[in-house]
Amino acid sequence: MNIKPEALTDSNKAMSSYLSPLVREIPSSGIRKFFDLVGGNKDIITLGVGEPDFTTPWHMREACVYSLERGFTSYTSNAGTPELREAISEYLDEQFAVRYDPKSEIIVTVGGSEAIDLALRALIVPGDEILVPEPCYISYSPITSIGGGIPVGIETFAKDEFKLTAEALEAKITPKSKVLILCYPSNPTGATMTYEDWLPIAKVVEKHDLIVISDEIYAELNYGEKHVSFAAMPGMMDRTILVSGFSKAFAMTGWRIGYTCGHPDLIAAMLKIHQYTVMCAPSMGQVAALEGLRNGLGEKDRMVEAYNQRRRLMVEGFREIGLECHEPRGAFYVFPSIQSTGLSSDEFAQRLLAEAKVAAVPGNVFGLGGEGYLRCSYATSVSQLTEALDRIGQFVEKVKKEG
Amino acid sequence: MTELNDLKLKVLELLKEDARRTPTLLATLLGVAEQDVCTAIKELEDQHVIVKYAAVVNWDKVDDEKVTALIEVQITPERGRGFEGIAERIYLYPQVKSVYLMSGAYDLLVEVEGRNLREVANFVSEKLSPIDSVLSTKTNFTLKKYKQDGIIFEDHQEDNRLMISP
Repeated sequence: MNIKPEALTDSNKAMSSYLSPLVREIPSSGIRKFFDLVGGNKDIITLGVGEPDFTTPWHMREACVYSLERGFTSYTSNAGTPELREAISEYLDEQFAVRYDPKSEIIVTVGGSEAIDLALRALIVPGDEILVPEPCYISYSPITSIGGGIPVGIETFAKDEFKLTAEALEAKITPKSKVLILCYPSNPTGATMTYEDWLPIAKVVEKHDLIVISDEIYAELNYGEKHVSFAAMPGMMDRTILVSGFSKAFAMTGWRIGYTCGHPDLIAAMLKIHQYTVMCAPSMGQVAALEGLRNGLGEKDRMVEAYNQRRRLMVEGFREIGLECHEPRGAFYVFPSIQSTGLSSDEFAQRLLAEAKVAAVPGNVFGLGGEGYLRCSYATSVSQLTEALDRIGQFVEKVKKEG
Repeated sequence: MTELNDLKLKVLELLKEDARRTPTLLATLLGVAEQDVCTAIKELEDQHVIVKYAAVVNWDKVDDEKVTALIEVQITPERGRGFEGIAERIYLYPQVKSVYLMSGAYDLLVEVEGRNLREVANFVSEKLSPIDSVLSTKTNFTLKKYKQDGIIFEDHQEDNRLMISP
């Protein structure tokens, strides 16, 4: 591309015309817009963070430091170190009763996000419809669009505890439907699915020959019945691309170590994209993740227990304030309804930030069914959460008086 | 030894983190009735499992001269009482902050606090060493306290997470 210097400074409009329409037409993230409002103000209590407030346990950090001292700084195999893949395989088998061959059915990725991107890029033929239960993690629809697919939202409701129902899924299926993206436990609602909840979904998936991308990054953060992987459902193993990682349960967000598992044919296709784009996940992060699986399960359990305590505090707190709040059984978010205040999600979140100095994410950014709700992360200390609830309570009282 | 149930253990852990937590808050965090928490705390206090509610203080931050020494003491145990009598004689001194019976090269580890080196040295030479059963003492002055009761004193890690994230 030969562009004269003056053309570069001419205007942004000229440069943006070079962009792929697929990228140009994607709206910017609602979360990012809200983040700009929050800025770097330290007086604000933030319930907006979608990551643990724990630092990666020291023994995992130390394992990484030692590996660097020993000079372990090279590329690893494209799919990740054999030791880590072996450990992931054993871990999934023990925890969630799903068995994957570490040699041909697992790739260590740059976070769970890369895994989702790999899966979609490996599967999408332009024009394919990708079904996404919403409210959901903000990236699924944009990544689908970038890949040339058409995202199709399936609204879920508080009355169903934001669970996906077979009827709602079936209603959105067309001959173009190809992939269903699942994320349970859910960001932002904290909803989980039981074996009985999954059974009718699995039947619809089989009937319509869908492939499922099951994002189970919050699987370990489960406070009710034990997490049931969609891949563990009868007949679903070969149809499911399991995505998970170390960010949430092992407090390793910045390390960017995730993984994906599935049928060898699908994994082989995803590995092609992975090796031509990122080559391999960071080697030092893989060392820390391996240490986590070998010796970090106790600390993981302690963190989960702490989240569970805070979850109770938040649910009870919101109910005392007078806001309806379904009981989330997974992840680290509560998703209270703010409809009784008469404000929209955006208005509520913006006024809460300006008037009460509490940052939470307006529910509408998470897609269908999110309007009228607020996502509040409880990955913050008990004292901060208590203070935040106090402030929200006073704010809601004030808003209701105005109304 | 008191055998504790799960609720009591959890109450202890939460109070160890922050002793100012109210029974109401503890009940919410643990998902149990407030009355159950109150009963558990009362029993823990009665059984002397919870001995006292105190703040962990970093005295280095306070402009108040204090010197702490960890003194390794070798003693001859007494017939019939072992180390108990001699330990009691030592721990009753107000300047003695803690006393532990140890395995290894010495018998008691005695933590002594004074306003300055001379005061601690005087205590060792005038009170501790002359005790009949004491065979030897080795005084180690602490220069800096990095961590106490699981709390890192200089841990000022700021929350560097993005204010809002996916």
